[in-house]
Amino acid sequence: MSSASAALRRQFPILTPGLAYLDSAASAQMPVPVLDAVRTFETSQRANVKRGVHRLAEAATEAYAQARGRVAAYLSVPADEIVFTGGTTASINLVAHAFGSLLKPGDEIVLSGLEHHANLVPWQMLAARGGITLRFLPITGDGRIDLSALPATLGPRTKLVTLAHVSNVTGAIVDTAPVVAAAKAVGARVLLDGAQRVPHGPVDIGALGIDFYAFSGHKLFAPHGVGVLWAKAELLDAMPPFMGGGEMIARVELSGSTWAKGPAKFEAGTPPIGAAVGMGAACDWLSGLPWAAIAAEESRLTQRLLDGLQATPGVRILGPSGLQGRAPVVSFDLAGAHPHDVCQIMDSKGVALRGGHHCAQPLHGRFDLAGSTRASLALYSDDSDVDRFFEGLAEARRVLL
Amino acid sequence: MSDALYHEAILARAKDTAREGRIDGATRTATLDNPLCGDRVTLDFALSGERIDKVRHFVRGCALCRASAATLAASLEGAGRGALAANAGKLDAALAGATDDPVWQVFAPVGRHKSRHDCVRLPLAAARAALADAG
Repeated sequence: MSSASAALRRQFPILTPGLAYLDSAASAQMPVPVLDAVRTFETSQRANVKRGVHRLAEAATEAYAQARGRVAAYLSVPADEIVFTGGTTASINLVAHAFGSLLKPGDEIVLSGLEHHANLVPWQMLAARGGITLRFLPITGDGRIDLSALPATLGPRTKLVTLAHVSNVTGAIVDTAPVVAAAKAVGARVLLDGAQRVPHGPVDIGALGIDFYAFSGHKLFAPHGVGVLWAKAELLDAMPPFMGGGEMIARVELSGSTWAKGPAKFEAGTPPIGAAVGMGAACDWLSGLPWAAIAAEESRLTQRLLDGLQATPGVRILGPSGLQGRAPVVSFDLAGAHPHDVCQIMDSKGVALRGGHHCAQPLHGRFDLAGSTRASLALYSDDSDVDRFFEGLAEARRVLL
Repeated sequence: MSDALYHEAILARAKDTAREGRIDGATRTATLDNPLCGDRVTLDFALSGERIDKVRHFVRGCALCRASAATLAASLEGAGRGALAANAGKLDAALAGATDDPVWQVFAPVGRHKSRHDCVRLPLAAARAALADAG
């Protein structure tokens, strides 16, 4: 490990010696600058936003606005296209209701067979209430969305294509260019679930050519309970609000109400202010990191995981066998051992993993499995984590097989 | 008994296949899932009135779940339907660290791991569902 990456790791106080935290795809840890930002807000600026004229209210409102700007900068988009939500799930549900209300029975939405339940169930619910048809892109044997099926799956009734930017199970990164081209050819919008993409470097939304982008704070080294929906301004204008309440209105009368403009229309009630401030601090901190070096280190460690797992008897990797088009998320099945048993035993050796279906049951069904064991890396991962992982895996094999 | 979660006795129960499988023409059957992990347990019963003549379990789940299913099946076969509640009570006591029951105390180490309680309780829930309206 280089001195630079060691210094990076030291900014995460929870990463004490003896802990190999390999569950960052579920929740990434928070660095000191984010912890400090949240503490500063909660101890010196805490108040509700937009409503008060006292100095704390003004400070909180300003901190919340700054957070929106910092997130926008991380995505290279205007701040007034950033909607703070409760997380990726809330962001996608917002689109399913707001954009979904613009659709008509018989319209079609295209997804894939590897989606997280957060990018599947809201569309199933919309299909049930709105007469919308869901179509699915199939999954290849190495856990990628089969884009060769785009021409046969999209058609004149397709109104939205909604896919995981990075699979939370296989780590496969979708090639967005053919997806966007196919969608635009039929006049469809594109939503990407970026929850597993944003922790691995800034995303240039404009270059992707998409319409919606959703992600969570807690996977982006920020607090739980906050997320983002980015949407083009024209869509924020066109869509009706999802939730009603305070702050999202222009005027309320007993006979009816009118809506605020921009993101405020979709931020009913008191937002997760402190968490959003933390998310802004995370984006600010992330924007200043040496991403080429971090990506190289994440790839090197991922290769170590892949090589070691491929050399382990009984292991089947669910995902691409190489590094091309793959994020540092490595899921596997150990024949004869249940993922929860593997994870429990590895926890006793200080290795934090995730076992189960990872909220992607249809994908595991595609692999004829009930679940898998997942190791996921982040910018603070190092060789000691991988060393401990293989020590723990050896112990799990000794006990269970 | 060992304090380790995966001690020898519990692993032996997990590998006990004596009552693994299905019953053709089962009197009662139920399949339950654990929605958190996707595990699935099927319990089949052949009943003669109040008596449980035969039990078979079919588990797609972890070692703890398989051990619980095997233990339950062995405990219920040949017993009356009322034995289910008694065994559930023994498992609860084991998880609370308050039993010396020779059959169920092997699950005592699971008590410290609340996230795994549902693993060992799933077979009993399936049995309860299967036998709910029997009689």
